[in-house]
Amino acid sequence: MSKTIIELQHVYKKYDDFTALKDINFKLNQGEFYTLLGPSGCGKTTILQTIAGFTDATSGQVLFDGQKINDIPANKRQLNTVFQDYALFPNMNVFENVAFGLILHKVKKAEVAERVHDALKLVQLDQYANREISELSGGQKQRIAIARAIVNRPKVLLLDEPLSALDAKLRKDMQYELRSLQQNLGITFLFVTHDQEEALAMSDQIFVMNKGQILQKGDPVDIYDEPINHFVADFIGESNIIPGHMVRDYEISFLGHTFECADAGMRPNEPVEVVIRPEDLVITTPEKGKLQVKVSTQLFRGDYYEILAYDMQDNEWLIHSTNATTDNAIIGLTFGPNDMHVMRYNETEAKFNSRLETYEE
Amino acid sequence: MKKSFRAMFYTPYMMWLALFVIAPVGLIVYYSFFNISHQFTFDNYATFFRSGTYLTMTANSVLYAFLITLISLLISYPMALVISKLKHRDLWILLVILPTWINLLLKAYAFIGLLSHDGLVNNLFELVGLPAQHMLFTDTSFILVASYIQIPFMILPIYNSLTDISDSYIKASHDLGATNWQTLTKIIIPMTMPGIKSGVQIVFIPSLSLFMLSRLIGGNKIITLGTAVEEHFLTTMNWGMGSTIGVVLIISMVIVMLFTNTKRKRGRN
Repeated sequence: MSKTIIELQHVYKKYDDFTALKDINFKLNQGEFYTLLGPSGCGKTTILQTIAGFTDATSGQVLFDGQKINDIPANKRQLNTVFQDYALFPNMNVFENVAFGLILHKVKKAEVAERVHDALKLVQLDQYANREISELSGGQKQRIAIARAIVNRPKVLLLDEPLSALDAKLRKDMQYELRSLQQNLGITFLFVTHDQEEALAMSDQIFVMNKGQILQKGDPVDIYDEPINHFVADFIGESNIIPGHMVRDYEISFLGHTFECADAGMRPNEPVEVVIRPEDLVITTPEKGKLQVKVSTQLFRGDYYEILAYDMQDNEWLIHSTNATTDNAIIGLTFGPNDMHVMRYNETEAKFNSRLETYEE
Repeated sequence: MKKSFRAMFYTPYMMWLALFVIAPVGLIVYYSFFNISHQFTFDNYATFFRSGTYLTMTANSVLYAFLITLISLLISYPMALVISKLKHRDLWILLVILPTWINLLLKAYAFIGLLSHDGLVNNLFELVGLPAQHMLFTDTSFILVASYIQIPFMILPIYNSLTDISDSYIKASHDLGATNWQTLTKIIIPMTMPGIKSGVQIVFIPSLSLFMLSRLIGGNKIITLGTAVEEHFLTTMNWGMGSTIGVVLIISMVIVMLFTNTKRKRGRN
């Protein structure tokens, strides 16, 4: 299939009294959109900087196209970066910024003009070649930064939270554009973000990180539906996480009730956590509900109501519903076996995956 | 109420401006139109622009000021660049600024001690077997000492503009394939141009009229406009001529300011 373009093997990054990266291993294939997702300080930018060559790995190997590149300086690596603050040179105009890399590589003048024009056209700013950087809006700067990076035809584009400075509407538009740009160019994108919505919307593969480790990797649907642990479930999307225990395979007990579920492969009576996404909870009458909760507050979110409720044991429940309900009313909640996802405590990704394989088709 | 309150704060500044800036400049311009016997005349200006001596002096002043500025820039830029990369850069820059707290005259006398015939520098030369050099009262020593004194004033604005450059510009430059040298010449130096310009202003303009150093270190062999002003006011008592030179100096300072203050159409970010 598609070949590996970047590979990290046992990469560690240690500072004096702090380990920023712990045993990072992954492979990136050509032409796919990858996202490193995690809270700030989790090490995702450090990974990007290690690949770009702005910082050295303390140990481990960084391979590019099969070649070890640990000792190759940043300016000799065939990849480009889009920076969080764009880093467009204020002493040059738009054309000069985009042409900078080409001129450094001694590309002929006519070809420079053509390639800059093409790159600007790709980001729909071909009319802006003679503008000064200070005359551009945030969204335009963003596009120029992308044009400057792709004009060199890198094999890999690294994007360091490039959308975080844009307003919500523009950010959504840019998600579509980045995705289609990546598919048109067919180059590998490695995108760093703390915004789970961005990650879910654009990526082929997501690496969820926390405290210098990759906790889980997978496509967006897998990560959302089958989070490996409390952190991932909580970080990706909204979730209700309740402690419980497995009675036996396909049977779970929590809050004093036993339910049929879709998970297996755990020890009998093993303590676990159950995740139920707010949109999977269906409101019904208290008699018909599997659980009874008391509505506390409701927020209208435009496309749905976000309802906060408490059960008899005072656990918090988040429910997404298209219809409003009455404040302080007792309502019933139902959910199907597939709406529950069971997580073991301290399960590694490898064990998690092999357990899933034992009972999933 | 609010207005009068504000006026209260303005008053000291306005008084300062009137007494110590506008009045002296006005007086200089006024005096420059009187000859030695207090008659109104344009002769001072005619003398200045016709006499070879004054024009040579002007050329000398500009040349020496230019050399001093150039040397201090050539030393200061790399120094500021290195200091801005150091871990305790605030401490290092403080050490650079430290000599400015010492009186200029004291520093000049210290250099007389160092450079004189039996001074420390010659002692060191003897130690390594070099013949003693005649260093005091030469052009070279004047330019070097003047540059030494001006360096802190050159480093500070350059250092400030260097530390203002976000690290990501440097990274972006490397990322796009630039070597360290290309990053320096194409990104760092153009982006620190405002700092270089203000450094040049701060050093060049006072260097036009250094008279104490030219006397103490240069041995009065170098007659700059500053020396001429001093001579006219204190020795020949020709205040009119001294003022005329002062006016010429002020005008040339304004020209330098205009020249180095080219409009910045490119703002940062």
